[in-house]
Amino acid sequence: MSINRNNGNLAQEMEDMSEGKKALLVMGCPEVPVQMSMVIYLTHKLKKSGWDVTVAGTDAAVKLLKVADPESYYVQKTVDLDELIGDVVEKKVDFDVCFAFMHSDAGMTYGATFSAISKARLFAVVFGKNAEALGESIDYPAEKIVATATHNPNPLKNKIDKVAL
Amino acid sequence: MSCVEQMKYKLHLERTSFKEAREYIEKNSDEVYYVNPGYKIFKDYYIIGVPPVAMGVRGTEMLFTYVKPCHGTFVMGIDSEEEIARLRENELEKIKKSLKSASPKGKADSGAAPASFADMYKK
Repeated sequence: MSINRNNGNLAQEMEDMSEGKKALLVMGCPEVPVQMSMVIYLTHKLKKSGWDVTVAGTDAAVKLLKVADPESYYVQKTVDLDELIGDVVEKKVDFDVCFAFMHSDAGMTYGATFSAISKARLFAVVFGKNAEALGESIDYPAEKIVATATHNPNPLKNKIDKVAL
Repeated sequence: MSCVEQMKYKLHLERTSFKEAREYIEKNSDEVYYVNPGYKIFKDYYIIGVPPVAMGVRGTEMLFTYVKPCHGTFVMGIDSEEEIARLRENELEKIKKSLKSASPKGKADSGAAPASFADMYKK
């Protein structure tokens, strides 16, 4: 009983600390299945901790997300990736934390862009068949979460669960 | 869709890595300039890239990287004297800024210089 109560207090404390803070999830190309699963999972997890979450992606990635979550139960805010980059560069918007999902060189390049234009604490979420090599190629300031995951989201989920914000 | 896709462009390299695209620009341009990610060109395209982001000038053509999440990096070329002039101006501004930031150090050094022979002996 006491453990449950303590956990409850900790969760409440975490929620209070992150209240009003803004998180951005940047989706890469949606061709690897674990990405969508992890984006929905992480959005839900962050929201429960009090974060204001925005998910950015290409038109295709946002469509996939909206079809999977038709009543916006998990994801309320979505934005076009290239439009968002313009808004961050023009300082119309910025975030406290950014999770950039990537499984290809192009995804890694988008991560580098956010590292340069945003003040957010950046997490590079690297997955897919070549996750290890891609993770090693990241030489810009970012905290790396790397898991060789394509169909099974659990290796990536386990690492994301260890992130302390 | 960005405005650059609606312009008259040439594709010099398709679906490659960002590193290869940068090397192509460096090797195949008369002039090479480096910009930060987010540098705006034309009406609404903000350059995506890993710093240093190379942009090239070849005659009247500006060479730059164009990244699409599902297709990789492209090297595009668009004729635009206006954008080339802006790129050169941006480089001049960078040089001016670096000179300005270096000048206080120069002043401090000159301030530390002895005012008279007596001061030299003190040293």
